[in-house]
Amino acid sequence: MQIHIPDNPQYRELGAYIQDVKHQKGPLIKVLHKAQSIFGYLPREVQYFVARELNITESSVYGVVTFYNFFSTKPKGENEINVCLGTACYVRGADKVLSMLEDELEISNGETTKDNIFSLNTARCFGACGLAPAVMINEEVYGHVDRKKIKKMLSEYRTKEE
Amino acid sequence: MGKLVTIKIDGKEIKAEEGSNLLQTARDAGFDIPGLCYYDKVSPSGACRLCLVKIDGMRGLTASCTVKVNEGMNITAFDEELEGHRKAIVELLISEHKLGCMTCEVDSGCGLEDLAYRYDVTVDNLPFPARSEHLPVEATSPVILYDPNKCILCERCVKACYEIQGKGILSFAERGIDTYVATDLGGLWVDSNCDGCGECIQACPVGALVEKPSIGKARKWEITKEETICPYCGVGCRIEVEKKGNEIIRINGADGPANDGRLCVKGRFGYEYQMNDSRLTTPLIKENGAFREASWDEALDLIADKFTGIKNKYGSGAFAGLASARCTNEDNYVFQKFMRAALGTNNVDHCARLCHASTVAGLARAFGSGAMTNSIKEFEHADCILVTGSNTTETHPVIATYIKNAVQKHGAKLIVVDPRRIDLVKYATLWLRQQNGTDVAWLNGMMNVIINEGLADEEFIRSRTEGYEDFAAVVKEYTPERVEEISGIPKEQIIEAARVYAQAENGSIVFSMGITQHITGTDNVLSVANLAMLTGNVGKLYSGVNPLRGQNNVQGACDLGGLPNVYPGYQKVVDPDVKAKFEAKWNAKLDDKVGLSVTEMMDGAGEGTVKALYIMGENPMVSDPNLNHVEASLKKLDFLVVQDIFMTETTQFADVVLPSFSSYEKSGTFTNTERRIQLLNPVLDPPAGTRDDWQILQDISNRMGYKMNFTSAEEIMEEVADVSPIYGGVHFKKLGVEGVQWPCKTDDENDRGVLYLHKDTFSRGLGHFSPVDFIPPAELPDKEYPYMLSTGRILFHYHTGTMTRKVSALNSFESGPYAEISPELAETLNISENDDIRITSRRGSIVTAARITDKVAPLSVFVPFHFAEAAANRLTNDALDPIAKIPELKVAACSVEKA
Ligand code: SF4
Ligand code: SF4
Ligand code: SF4
Ligand code: FES
Repeated sequence: MQIHIPDNPQYRELGAYIQDVKHQKGPLIKVLHKAQSIFGYLPREVQYFVARELNITESSVYGVVTFYNFFSTKPKGENEINVCLGTACYVRGADKVLSMLEDELEISNGETTKDNIFSLNTARCFGACGLAPAVMINEEVYGHVDRKKIKKMLSEYRTKEE
Repeated sequence: MGKLVTIKIDGKEIKAEEGSNLLQTARDAGFDIPGLCYYDKVSPSGACRLCLVKIDGMRGLTASCTVKVNEGMNITAFDEELEGHRKAIVELLISEHKLGCMTCEVDSGCGLEDLAYRYDVTVDNLPFPARSEHLPVEATSPVILYDPNKCILCERCVKACYEIQGKGILSFAERGIDTYVATDLGGLWVDSNCDGCGECIQACPVGALVEKPSIGKARKWEITKEETICPYCGVGCRIEVEKKGNEIIRINGADGPANDGRLCVKGRFGYEYQMNDSRLTTPLIKENGAFREASWDEALDLIADKFTGIKNKYGSGAFAGLASARCTNEDNYVFQKFMRAALGTNNVDHCARLCHASTVAGLARAFGSGAMTNSIKEFEHADCILVTGSNTTETHPVIATYIKNAVQKHGAKLIVVDPRRIDLVKYATLWLRQQNGTDVAWLNGMMNVIINEGLADEEFIRSRTEGYEDFAAVVKEYTPERVEEISGIPKEQIIEAARVYAQAENGSIVFSMGITQHITGTDNVLSVANLAMLTGNVGKLYSGVNPLRGQNNVQGACDLGGLPNVYPGYQKVVDPDVKAKFEAKWNAKLDDKVGLSVTEMMDGAGEGTVKALYIMGENPMVSDPNLNHVEASLKKLDFLVVQDIFMTETTQFADVVLPSFSSYEKSGTFTNTERRIQLLNPVLDPPAGTRDDWQILQDISNRMGYKMNFTSAEEIMEEVADVSPIYGGVHFKKLGVEGVQWPCKTDDENDRGVLYLHKDTFSRGLGHFSPVDFIPPAELPDKEYPYMLSTGRILFHYHTGTMTRKVSALNSFESGPYAEISPELAETLNISENDDIRITSRRGSIVTAARITDKVAPLSVFVPFHFAEAAANRLTNDALDPIAKIPELKVAACSVEKA
């Protein structure tokens, strides 16, 4: 399949970076980091471009992208919500918290809202077991989360945007 | 073979090669150590941990498949602890495995099922709960079904696709319990670059990857297996046919000398045509413009009568015959003997004329022999491979895998010189994109650089060749600057390519129809030969000049005298001694003139000098250039006989059609592109009412009074060995699985022929340099026809499509005609993908779908030639190479418009 790569400053920057590190040992991870910092995430086109420019197979790029949690193949919102699914949170209803968030944001786990303000993800324990069930928005941790709290949190971030 | 060392396994002393794989060594010595991820054709991954052993001096347990044998190793392969671990691993695998054994294609041939049986593991006695959630099955590919719930994550498929096939389509995606096998960037299998070779299926130890066309057709125990040779291309892969009754269930790669178990999509999935309902099963005679069924006696009597009448009235010169690159050596031998001895004419040719006549002419002049100098598997060890005019991935897929192996495993440098961005470009160090038809120029340019930079092999030139001075004088004129002007290749690239090739230890040149199908085809081949001799890159292991022959037995059809100028074994018809020998052997008076070539036969038919044509398994109404002319010629014939397995575009013009055997039904031999004569096995019974090609010919010959009484293919080969020195040592009982490579002159069991030609001395004595000047193609784009048209083959179809187009698996990859045009041209003409476009040349016009791709050069058009309904050969130019009489199929001028 042929994928069309547009000629724009983002691709030019990534292309130049790849030329720089191409001959170093194991450049793929570095390049993917760079790509994610330029594009915010790693869509198909970007992965294709990386494979082509490094002259490696598409499958080897895809294997690495899906192996590391850090890499995202979906666009990220301006604020990243992470629901803890660690054991402590789970027994205190983290799954319900997750579906409440999905409800409120009208997206599923792993997606980004249409207005691009939030993306929703899950994480393993981030060490806030005492506050279970816990949710993290960007760097901030919110404990003992319920529907009321969720509404409040979300509207705070929404107003910040305006 | 490496040093032999001694190791101990469970107290037993074993001799093994140092550095060999421990698991393999142990198994070879009779220790049945379990293991599911180990596959001897790829590097070990150590993924399944089943092959754990204890090795003295190493801590803990070690996966034996990842260990190399060393002197003095002391190994425990079986004890209670190890067997306990193994059982636990099997339990784990079973707990995660969807147990669908009763409907699984590999039931009773499954690695995991066998271990469950061996370690007595069932779902009921698992120590932990079985996985209940199931992932969706991926079944979008036309030929492959992947069930992730049966996948044990052994990685064999991933490695097979990359390490064997050189493609790297597959990888493990996600992690832990979510891991699965993904294609490319994780999209659907059908959208990936997977070309359906099925190497991954063959590597899978369980039923996670299976052949879609085989699903539900047979249980393993209903199947019998037999090996034969693939009916398609000139690689000559060995196949294992699995059949139930007389029906093919699936085809696997077998370990043949040319393929090591590898296959391409045609060889593995292209068998369905054999059982197609439209197989011819009775002779047909045309009466009042329509065919009617006839008995064999009636049809053969009619042919014999007609032929006798024509012979009496017009003489032998009124006959012409097309032998066949798809039939066996034995069929071709009998065919040309019939034409020469029974009908009395040398008017025998076949479609090799259209592909490699210029190779035979050029290499015979330069080296004394027109065949591949090296063997297929040698490609893996060449350190520089120059591929030009060969889209190897599509035309000789298994050969392409060895070229990719050379690059990926051994760091070989690949130079591709081709106007199209072919698949191999991805693997190339250098890609030179020449203007179509400027090959002599860039080859001379490379040689100019080599001479000027002192990179020529002077010792080789002095001791092994002649004609250097005249040649060098011409090459001198081709400076990189001038060549850049002619060919469009930047001069830096010409210089770089010259250096890389000339400095290689073992340079190998691979070429095919991009070199041969030009009015300068012979010149091109001579230039290729010049380049090899100039650098001493010929007459060595791994190093030489390698024309890839297209059809399964095109090499053999040439070897056996399916050519107008030679008897079997390239013995010249104009040589009085040779003629006398054959007159004595055949007990007949023979023609002393060179006969007509394919294109001349068509002209002769058109002009009325050729009255009767006999065609065995060819389809000139699609394969020949300038079809409008071919059609008019066939219509003018008094009598046309065609032997085939199906009705074709050509049979419609026949007076009599005779049904014959398909490859899977035949005994006899094929000679592959590396000169290897391989034995076929009749793995299926032919349909009732058909007869083998040579038998049909013999029956007609006998009716006409020229007696032949062969009773088997083997007997025919005995006669071939008797009259043709290069096949002198070829006997069926000697062939076995390995076959022999001609020249094979003695009966000695150990004489397996010659791996690579021209060692120490060329077949003709000294290698001959020819001075060659650049001549432009016969027709170039102009105002009226502004674009460059080229034709060629694609992976999924074969020749005129009479077989492959009856295979649904292949049709689902590519079902009909199309034309490749560049994005630039599409924009200029306002054409979108799949729009119907009309392509017109001075000779004809076709309408077909546009495919927009940067594979083709900006002002060029490429049309695959397989499809009769938009036949590329309505457009092609029948201008001929004056020496080899090969038409210029690769270059024509055309116009393009939206239809
Ligand atoms: S069929 Fe061939 S190309 Fe496709 S994934 Fe399997 S091995 Fe790779
Ligand atoms: S599909 Fe088969 S070969 Fe590939 S990883 Fe799974 S079990 Fe192994
Ligand atoms: S490479 Fe040629 S001989 Fe081998 S399987 Fe494919 S078509 Fe058959
Ligand atoms: S066979 Fe050795 S680890 Fe799988």
